[in-house]
Amino acid sequence: MRIVVPVKAVPDLVEEIELTPDGSGIEREYLKFVLNEWDAQALEEALLIKDAGGAEVVAVGLADDPEIDQILYTALAKGANAAVKLVGTNAGGPPGRAGTPLGVRASLMAAYLQAEPADLVISGVQATDDPDGQLVPLLAALLDLPHVSVVVSVEAGDGAVLVRQEFSGGRSHELAMQMPAVIGVQSARQAPRYAPVSRVKQATQAGGLTELAVSPPGLGPGLALRRLCRPEASSHAEMLSGSPGDVADRILGLLRSRGLVKG
Amino acid sequence: MSSNVNVMVLAEHTATQVSEGTHELIAKARQLAAALGGVTEVVLLGPRRLASQLAGADVVVCMEHPALVDYLPEAYERALLEVLAQRSPRLLLMSNATVGLDLGAALAVRWDAPLAAYISALEVEGGTVTATAQILGGKVLAEVELPGQRAIATVLGGAFSAEATEPVASAPVVQVAPPAGLDALRMSLRQVVEAAAGDVDIASAEVLVSVGRGIESEDNLEIAQELADALGAPLSASRPVVDAGWLPKSRQVGQSGLRVKPRAYLALGISGAPEHLEGMRNAELIIACNTDPRAPIFGVAHFGTTVDLFDLIPELVDRIRT
Repeated sequence: MRIVVPVKAVPDLVEEIELTPDGSGIEREYLKFVLNEWDAQALEEALLIKDAGGAEVVAVGLADDPEIDQILYTALAKGANAAVKLVGTNAGGPPGRAGTPLGVRASLMAAYLQAEPADLVISGVQATDDPDGQLVPLLAALLDLPHVSVVVSVEAGDGAVLVRQEFSGGRSHELAMQMPAVIGVQSARQAPRYAPVSRVKQATQAGGLTELAVSPPGLGPGLALRRLCRPEASSHAEMLSGSPGDVADRILGLLRSRGLVKG
Repeated sequence: MSSNVNVMVLAEHTATQVSEGTHELIAKARQLAAALGGVTEVVLLGPRRLASQLAGADVVVCMEHPALVDYLPEAYERALLEVLAQRSPRLLLMSNATVGLDLGAALAVRWDAPLAAYISALEVEGGTVTATAQILGGKVLAEVELPGQRAIATVLGGAFSAEATEPVASAPVVQVAPPAGLDALRMSLRQVVEAAAGDVDIASAEVLVSVGRGIESEDNLEIAQELADALGAPLSASRPVVDAGWLPKSRQVGQSGLRVKPRAYLALGISGAPEHLEGMRNAELIIACNTDPRAPIFGVAHFGTTVDLFDLIPELVDRIRT
């Protein structure tokens, strides 16, 4: 069974995110990019299927994504059988500077999957920087494949796949799906495995990224971005300042006045 | 007059109850429909008897079929596509939870309409629909236009308030025949699994000590647990902590976890992604600790501090214990 895991680099949310002065985008040049956290969960779920019964896992990224080599080599170090970088995808702007829009990304992935079909496509349920939707349902619609998102468990069987889809409050549905299918993972059955730096280094030295040129089909209508901005000044909270001790005194005062701390 | 001035809402429901989020969407749809000069149509896939709960709808569009008894992504997608083709709304609203994450982008392709996701604001400006999407963990807002004659928006829970409407609804119900595609689905529902009870019930706790990404490592949970113990409160968390496997799912606060309403909620190292805020914004007292003064959590907290949580927690524990 062949499992393709589309992966994406997104801004590290631990970092300060600056907007361009005209609000047309974020300042990407000095920003740190990391693997989309839901894609990390998707890769883990794919590797668990591989561990359980033997599947070929292929991580696929766009050459235009910042840090994509590092992300793909890490996937190899974790146990992916192959990693593919889709080249020639630049949709305007210097490589890595402007992000590839979701629609273009989905079209490129669809073109790749038409050339190299998979039994399962497993990706993150969402990425933090797409105001225009999610890759999984988009890709599935372009390929006319069944799809399901917010998945917390994938188990592949004979020609079918069993998935658990989660809803608010922890209720879930167990679904049986025909393959091929596209699945959006919310969280894997276990926390994503760790790839030791030495293994990533080894994978990097061994090379092994396949580069592939794809040409995307046409796109439907998209959103028109007016501008990006910051949320309204967070003026709701009354800020407590001073030393950690001072702040602790204030917080305990608040809790005590409501009878929530003894003494 | 052009037919596509109506605003359509997809109702989400269990076998017996329409979701709170559906009422929020209907309230917003009524405002938008009024601005567009249209009406509010609510799509009810499944049991027609729930139509009586859809107060605020001008028209209820109902489709019944065995595959629509419970939510099934492919069945809903095919059913909705049929309804969209027949009713041609200007705008379709869905929740940005599981159903919207499943169907929004797929319908955007199949119905050939732009999609705006993670929406916290929606307006009509002279015939143009504009929306605000919360991206990058709520740290950035994207203001977008939904051009053309049709569009889809998936809306964050709690973004709009449900109207206090009379429980009696007398909207006409239009029945739409199920498309043939519902008899040839490529997936089926095996079973519905109710939420497992956790070791502690965070939804009934009076005080919650809650940690987020800022706790940095599993080992550091011990420090937060000490504070929780000192306060006699359970430790809860935002999604990244649970997805990392550091705490069980039963401790997760947020849209994909539990909604909580304690008397006091201490948010430590939680930036306040929309998914988290949805689960805790109604706590009576929210105190947030985050080193980023621009963290969205301060937008819902009553009190906040940018002191480092690793400096603050020991001070709190010392004071409670002495």
